[in-house]
Amino acid sequence: MSDPILSLSGVKTDIGQYHILHGVDLEVPRGQVTMLLGRNGAGKTTTLRSIMGLWRPRTGSIRFDGAEIAGLAPPQIARRGLGFVPEDMGIFADLTVEENLILAAISGPIRRDRLDWVFSAFPALSTFWKMPAGNLSGGQKQMLAIARAMIEKRGLYLIDEPSKGLAPAIIATMARALRDLKADGASILMVEQNFSLARALGDRAAVMDDGRIVWTGGMAELAADPALQERLMGLKMEVA
Amino acid sequence: MTHAPEHAPKMARLSLSDRLEPWLPILLVPAIVVFGFVLIDSPGSWLTLTVSGLAMGMMIFVIASGMTLVFGLMDVINFGHGAFVSFGAFVGVSVLVVLGGMTGASSLALNLLALGMAMLAAMAVTGAMGFAFERVIVRPVYGSHLKQILVTMGGLIVAEQLIHVIWGGEEIFIGRPEMLKGSITLFGATLEKYRLIAVGLGLILFLAMRAVLRGTKLGLIVRAGVENPEMVMAMGYQIRRVFVMVFVAGSALAGLGGVMWGLYQEVITAQMGMEIMILVFIVVIIGGLGSVEGCFIGALMVGLLQNYTAFLEPKLALISNIALMVAILMWRPQGMIPVIKAK
Repeated sequence: MSDPILSLSGVKTDIGQYHILHGVDLEVPRGQVTMLLGRNGAGKTTTLRSIMGLWRPRTGSIRFDGAEIAGLAPPQIARRGLGFVPEDMGIFADLTVEENLILAAISGPIRRDRLDWVFSAFPALSTFWKMPAGNLSGGQKQMLAIARAMIEKRGLYLIDEPSKGLAPAIIATMARALRDLKADGASILMVEQNFSLARALGDRAAVMDDGRIVWTGGMAELAADPALQERLMGLKMEVA
Repeated sequence: MTHAPEHAPKMARLSLSDRLEPWLPILLVPAIVVFGFVLIDSPGSWLTLTVSGLAMGMMIFVIASGMTLVFGLMDVINFGHGAFVSFGAFVGVSVLVVLGGMTGASSLALNLLALGMAMLAAMAVTGAMGFAFERVIVRPVYGSHLKQILVTMGGLIVAEQLIHVIWGGEEIFIGRPEMLKGSITLFGATLEKYRLIAVGLGLILFLAMRAVLRGTKLGLIVRAGVENPEMVMAMGYQIRRVFVMVFVAGSALAGLGGVMWGLYQEVITAQMGMEIMILVFIVVIIGGLGSVEGCFIGALMVGLLQNYTAFLEPKLALISNIALMVAILMWRPQGMIPVIKAK
């Protein structure tokens, strides 16, 4: 792979006394969507949090845009151009939708064209602009979480299970927004349990098991091989 | 760039009780005032007690506001907060003594100027103390409440002993600036001038703090940090730096509160900070940890209730605020305006 935007090499992360990542090696290509797949407890969320510096890796290298970021504090990593959407969405419930987005625009005031883009992707956010984010529905909170990452152009978006617990209509909205982001040339590393969504959005896939990457390849290749899916992830897909 | 979603967000109309619900804590303050009016026979006495209660509440708010933010932002329980109150009072009074010519003059402007200089000096000293306190005492014990309680209590004791060393062990009786002495009569009520000024100053500080928290990016970072500091860091903000700023500001406000409280009581002691901390803790808890608005409402409630009860049934004054805390926590265990913390 030529010039990946992010590369992890031998990343080992512990949480307390538990060894979660046992040496993750992963490359995320520029301008593509890489899906990070795997069973529950495989280490997907830990991988994203290790990249963001929220859980500091014990050993290993994490290079973003050619520079080492392992060991840096989360604010330094974020300011290098990583946008993070955590599994729990990380919404500030007491802040309004507007305030959540103002805060997400770290380099200055929100750009009008960017805001228009966010509103066109998630019209509900303009409807509830002045409302505390805590009053939004689960789907609207997830839209806001993604909108916060989208409000400024980032070098890489780390998105953790955006479809978790959402209704199909909301997932469709989300998928359209992420497709727009992808069409804009964004690089995305996304954890997803919803295989249909992963298949629809992903260019490449990396499958984790027991704290390691056990398979990498094209998303289409994985989607076309049910036996491989079952072996790697225990998935038995119904034919769509 | 994209299509509108097929689902349209719906705005259901809230019921009257749902609409009133967020206002209930705010309505408690006028409810206590009305309750006091009904129970106290003389309207003049009621007005005097109300102004006194509001003044006391404002001073407690000034002291408690920094503490609630420190707790909310970094989960730090600072029992040493009272040290800044005592130190602030002693520094402020020392400045007032030096400026005796101004405080003794029959000029409101000169009196207020002297008072302002004393308050600024107290805030500068306690702000600097807060910076050192955070670095030396608090920072090594992040994440451990038990250690925080022990070590900050130790810090409080050391600070009290320092006051003894610098100013002596005796209590110091102080006189207010000349034009702030005495009272005015309004609708048959005797209202102390100083208490009216304390109410005004407290209100200005609350509005200023609210403007900063609601209207600036720094304020947004603080409010967001109280809810979910990890996410604030993941967005690119140095939450530790913000915390130090809040700690210093909170310490400075406690110092300012110390000057106000000392002039209110007209006596200062090294223990005054520790003594007022009981009321401060009640206010922080019933307001909702990390909530400035809750802290403000709680402080007013505590001040009013204490004054009314002391007038109506002096023996109950001591327990009235404990009873208030029990009642509030039974109604809202997280406090009146709880901050939703990320798990």
